[in-house]
Formats: sequence, structure tokens, C-alpha cells
Amino acid sequence: MDLNDTPEQAEYREKVRGWLGEHAGEAPPRQGSYEDNAYIDARRGWQRKLAEAGLAGVSWPKEYGGQGLGPIEQVTVNQEISAAQVPGILDVIGIGMLGPCIIAHGSEEQKSRYLGPMLHGDEVWCQLFSEPAAGSDLAAIQTRARQNEDGSWTLNGQKVWTTNAQFASYGLLLARTDADVPKHKGLTMFIVPMDAEGVTVRGLRQISGEAEFNEVFFDDVHLDADAVVGGVGNGWGTALTVLMFERLTIGFGSENFGSPARLTATVARDAAARRDADVRQRLGEVLSELLAVRFNGYRALTMLQRGQIPGPEAGLAKVTMVNAAIAATDLGADIVGPDALSSESEWSYLISFLPGLKSAGGTEQILRNTVGERVLGLPPEPRLDKGIPFSELRAKEKEALTS
Amino acid sequence: MNFALSDEQEFLREAARGALSRHKTIEAARAALEDSGALPDLWPTAVEAGWPGLLIDEEQGGAGLGVFDAMLVAEECGRVLAAVPLLGLVPATAILGAAGDESRAATATGELRPAYVPGRPPSELEGGWTVEPRSGMARAEAPQASVEGDAVVLEGTVAFVPDAPGAGLLVAVGETEDGRAVAAAVPADAGGVSVEPEVRYDATHPLGHVAFDGARGRLLNVGAEALADAWYVAQALIAAESIGAVQTCLDMSVAYAKERFTFGRPIGSYQAIKHELTEILRRLENARGLEYYAGWARGSKPEEFPLAASAARSAAGRALDFATRAMINVHGGIGATWEHDAPLFFRRAQLARRLLGGTHDATDRVAEESLKAA
Repeated sequence: MDLNDTPEQAEYREKVRGWLGEHAGEAPPRQGSYEDNAYIDARRGWQRKLAEAGLAGVSWPKEYGGQGLGPIEQVTVNQEISAAQVPGILDVIGIGMLGPCIIAHGSEEQKSRYLGPMLHGDEVWCQLFSEPAAGSDLAAIQTRARQNEDGSWTLNGQKVWTTNAQFASYGLLLARTDADVPKHKGLTMFIVPMDAEGVTVRGLRQISGEAEFNEVFFDDVHLDADAVVGGVGNGWGTALTVLMFERLTIGFGSENFGSPARLTATVARDAAARRDADVRQRLGEVLSELLAVRFNGYRALTMLQRGQIPGPEAGLAKVTMVNAAIAATDLGADIVGPDALSSESEWSYLISFLPGLKSAGGTEQILRNTVGERVLGLPPEPRLDKGIPFSELRAKEKEALTS
Repeated sequence: MNFALSDEQEFLREAARGALSRHKTIEAARAALEDSGALPDLWPTAVEAGWPGLLIDEEQGGAGLGVFDAMLVAEECGRVLAAVPLLGLVPATAILGAAGDESRAATATGELRPAYVPGRPPSELEGGWTVEPRSGMARAEAPQASVEGDAVVLEGTVAFVPDAPGAGLLVAVGETEDGRAVAAAVPADAGGVSVEPEVRYDATHPLGHVAFDGARGRLLNVGAEALADAWYVAQALIAAESIGAVQTCLDMSVAYAKERFTFGRPIGSYQAIKHELTEILRRLENARGLEYYAGWARGSKPEEFPLAASAARSAAGRALDFATRAMINVHGGIGATWEHDAPLFFRRAQLARRLLGGTHDATDRVAEESLKAA
């Protein structure tokens, strides 16, 4: 076992560190309001610099402006950016998940039109998958695209939990194009210009009162025939590619999630807490969980380095991470007392943020189902939607509600 | 970045699994509850595999390997509840090795079996070295030690010492009048030494109450750091052994959940069962990540070993508690019967969580070590 870089990796890290050392002064602050246009513009400019230095799209193929390197180099860049205390790329979702999907499934025209501006931050992207009635069961989406006689499409429906939609230029959208086949089959992926007529973006306020996500509405939005990615009716397979890259994007570089150092410091400076047996038990348990996340991250990174893609078991790390962060925040706030709930407190953001995070990227329950079935090989829950055309399924659901 | 076992380690693990598979250890764990003679003597197997000398230098006849390797063997023992006295042996050889003691060669050949008489290093809450009490929450003071030249005279008792019965050499921690921790190698047949054998609920972990009444042993030339290290080596071994046991609980429970039907479907298809089983997996994987951390830290980052070993034991102990109860739940009533294997793992969990300070003390040490570094 060796947590150090190989000589080649060390050389790469040195190069990245050198560039960041020279240019860190040009970076905007790491934290800022995503509702502030000036801040977003500064972040776009910084992404452009990172892209020009080869620090964005590290694992994208060279022909699309990337560096053609592996996930290990991507992780190295993430670590160095974090160590340099500068922000990373603005469009993590585009470059990490949607770009790779377009590279895998898009037409040559789509690749040459969209990938360059995405990489340089000129056009930010958003992911238009989840809907009010389709989250864990993503294939149940109802947003409808109907094909017109000239081959173009008309889009109607609503998406939700859309990060960055308020300033995105394009969205990658999963829509139903055929309701008369079983639900996974009638789906198609589209590229949607966010400034198209009929697209409305509305901020979605959360527990804290801030709007980090959006709802996006589509009313008779017109899409050209060439907006389809990966072929009509192939939307599910195309979406799975995005979800696979999502697993690669989340989970790495989350070593400090749950802020173990802040929690330990809070206990350390409170003389009563420091000697309290119950506090020490809670602290010991939560720190063990966070250490486990960190070292299992190294195990996963080793697998990546050997060319293995992280599987659904990565979902368990997310479950541990979120629950440990909740336990850590509860403990830290318990020590501080009611002051922890003041908006000035270093704990208040997490207190409001973590309950929703439990469902982000799949609820804890659906992650456990997936891991149980795909990792432990347990039999699936019997399903009532298999092989049934989507339109019939919807009719049955309505009937069940009224009977 | 390479945070995986080496080929040699994988081989060591497979060899251990192979060697243990020649014995019906789980059946023996049940039989020994009613007849202590039913426990097979696995020492010859251990000697043949070279386990007594795992940590001992090659020039002394050992394998010159690390604590990490010993943990992998312990994990395999835990998987099949094999009564191999590693918990007494390995921390003892860590101290004997640090001291360059003369007993190493005889230990490596298996001629002599040493056992560690555990002493817990001081913490912010408790100033002195302590040992296991016979009963209750209060820790007992470590035996009093008087140094006389290169000999140590010990006075005091240590309860529930793993693998003490039948050991040839006791490697004990004592505290001198001026509060210094010293280590002594006391032959088990020396005057003033008594070992009262004891079995508690899990027959595969023989225990002994060790009493020193003016017992005389060799002074081992090691500092307090090596004695603290031995405590954490023992913690890491309990973690590894527990992880092996959790793996078996998971494998057995998953297999049963696939073949047992209720209301026309396998019980593993119900979310209530599926989620309980994935919770075992989650805890197992977390404990394993920490087991690797501890194994790696002992060799490459010793200053983090106390934190890593304590975290591994804390997570593994809680995983084993959860897994053994979940296994009984998943099996239904049959899982709580004498003839089933589930109770044998449950017995292991019940004992493991209370040995050497218990799981809660390891959890407290995670806090202690982190606060010390804050």
C-alpha cells in the first residue's frame, strides 16, 4: 500500500500545482451567490483560464479539447484546486456528466457545436431529468415531446431540482416521445436551448430560504429535429451514461465532507464537552464514519487507477457521508446551543442543507434497493409496471387513486 | 495511489483460509460450549503456517511481516470462529520484537507461546495505566512493578486476559512507583504467577485471570510507546477478527434471504430485509476501510496508528453487533436455536464488545486521539 503518487503522477501534480501557484491570484472567491451575475461571470472567466491551462475536461478526449488523461489525473487536479483554495470549474455538471454523454452518444455536429463553448464556460449546461412525479423512478417522467410533420419537436412539461438553470445556455433533457410502449422504451434525450420561447425558469426556495435549485417549465417549446441525442427511443440508455458519470463526479475529493476538523475543534475548545463521556462517544463514532469514507475513497481510487469503474456500491459511501455529516452537525450544534441556529453560525448552513441532501442523487431507500440487488444479488421487489405501456400505467394509477 | 492488498497479502489470506478449512471450527465452537475438550488444538496448524513468527525478524526464524499481515490472518480466523490464540500472541511478539528479547526464536518455532497481558495507556480522562477489572465500569490499576537490575517484580491482577491459559510466557505491563510503565516477560511457571482459566459465552476465546504475587520476570528494554503500541495492535486484531465474522454473517444471511419464501416471494425481495442486509454491507465496508487504514498506518504512519486502530475496532465492533442480531432476525426463530450457527457469531459479538476496554473505550480513544491533535 502506498498513498503516494507514482513518479509520473507526481510530475503531473507538480505541473498542476505550479500553474495554480502562479495564477491563484486571478481567481474569484470560492464562495459567492449563484444569483449574482457578476460572480457567475467571474467564475466563467476562471473556468476559461482553467480550460486553457488544461485543467478542465482533464479526462475528455483530446479531439474535443480535453487532455485525454485518466480519472486519476482528474482527481489530482481536484485535489490541487482544493489545496490552492481557489474555485474549480463552474460547470461541474456539464463537463463532468453531460459533456461525456454527448461525446459518447452525440452526432459529430453536436460535438463540434457544443463541446468547445461548454469546456470554456461560455455556455453553461444544466441537467433536465427529475420531475415532481419522477425522482427515484426516473423512467416515470411525463414531460412530453411530440414530433411534428417536418421532423421537429414540440415540448411540454416540467422539470425540478435543476441546478444552474438560472444562467445555463443549454439543458440536456429526458422526455417521453412514445407513451404507448413500456416506460423505459419510449424515452428520448434532447438538447434544449434555455432561451427558447416557452422555457420558464423559477428559483426553488429550500429550508434555508435560499434558492439553490430551480423548477423549469416547458410550454410548447419548439425543438429542431437535430436536437435529439443518441437516437429517438434510446433515451434511457443515454441517461444511464449520464448517471454513470455522475457516480464518478460525486464522491471523489469529498474527504472533508462533514468538516471533521471543525467539529473536533468545537469539542476541543469547550472544556465541559471535552470531558463529557456522551459527547466523546458521539464524536468517536462520527469521526470513525468520516475516516471510513476517506479511506474507502482511496480504495475506490485504486480501483479507478486499475481501470475499474465504481459500481453501485459507491451509493453506500454517500449514505454514510450524509448521515455522518448530519450526526456531526447535530453534535457541533448541540455543543454551541441555540446560537448554532443563528444565520451567522458556522453550523446553520449545514443544518438546513443536509435534510435535502439525503435524497439528492437518489433517496437513501432507493440506493439501498440498488445496492441490495446489484451488489448482494438479492431478488428485486416485484414491480407492477413491467411490460405495461406507459399510458396504461398512468391510467391505472389514476384509477387506483379514485377507487 | 495504491490502497489495495498486495499479491503477497492476498496469498497469505488465501493460505490462511485454506489451512483453517481443514478443521470444522464452527461445529467445534458449538461443541466446546458443553465440553471444553471439544475445541481442536489449532496451534500445530498455526505453527505449520508460520503464524507464531509473523512479526518476528527472519534472522530469529520468523517471517518478518507486519501487523497488517497478522490482521489478515485474524480476519480469516474470525470468519470461521477459529480458536487461534493470535490476540494473546501477536501483541506479545510486537513487544518482544521491540525489546529484541531472547524468547523470539523459540516463539517463531512454536515451541514457546507467549501471551500479552494487556495494559491500557493513559488518557486525558484517566492518568495512569489501567487493566481490565473483574467486574464493573471502573478500570483496575496496572500491576505494581519494582525494577531490580534486569528483573521486574510484579504485584497485582489482570482479569480476562485472552489466551492466557496454557501460554508459556506472559508479557505484562506494570507501573512503577514513580508512574513509569515497564514491560516484563514472566514465565508462566514462575513462582507467584497464577492463571485462572475462564470461558465467557464464546468458547473459542479462552480467557484467564492472571495474578502476580511477587512474580519475577525479565525486564524488557522498551519504552511506554511500545507498550501503547501493543494495546493498539490488540485493538486492530479484535477489529480484524470481527470483520471476518461480519462477512460470514452477511454471506449466510444473504443466502438465506434468497431461498426463504413468504407470501409467494423470496424474503430478500422485501425492502425491510434488503435494507437490513445492505446495512450490514455498509458497516462491513466501512470497517474494512478502517482495517486497511490501521494496517497501513502501523507500517507507514505510526503516529496515526492509535487513531486508526481505535476507529477500526469501534466501527468493526458496532458492525458485528448489528450483523449478528440482523442474522438472527433474517433467519427468524430458527436463527435463535442452539443448532443454528447464528448464535455462535452472536456469542462472539457479545464477548468481543466487552474485551480489552470494550468497543466503547475504542470509540472514546478515537475522540481522545482527535482532540489531542486538534
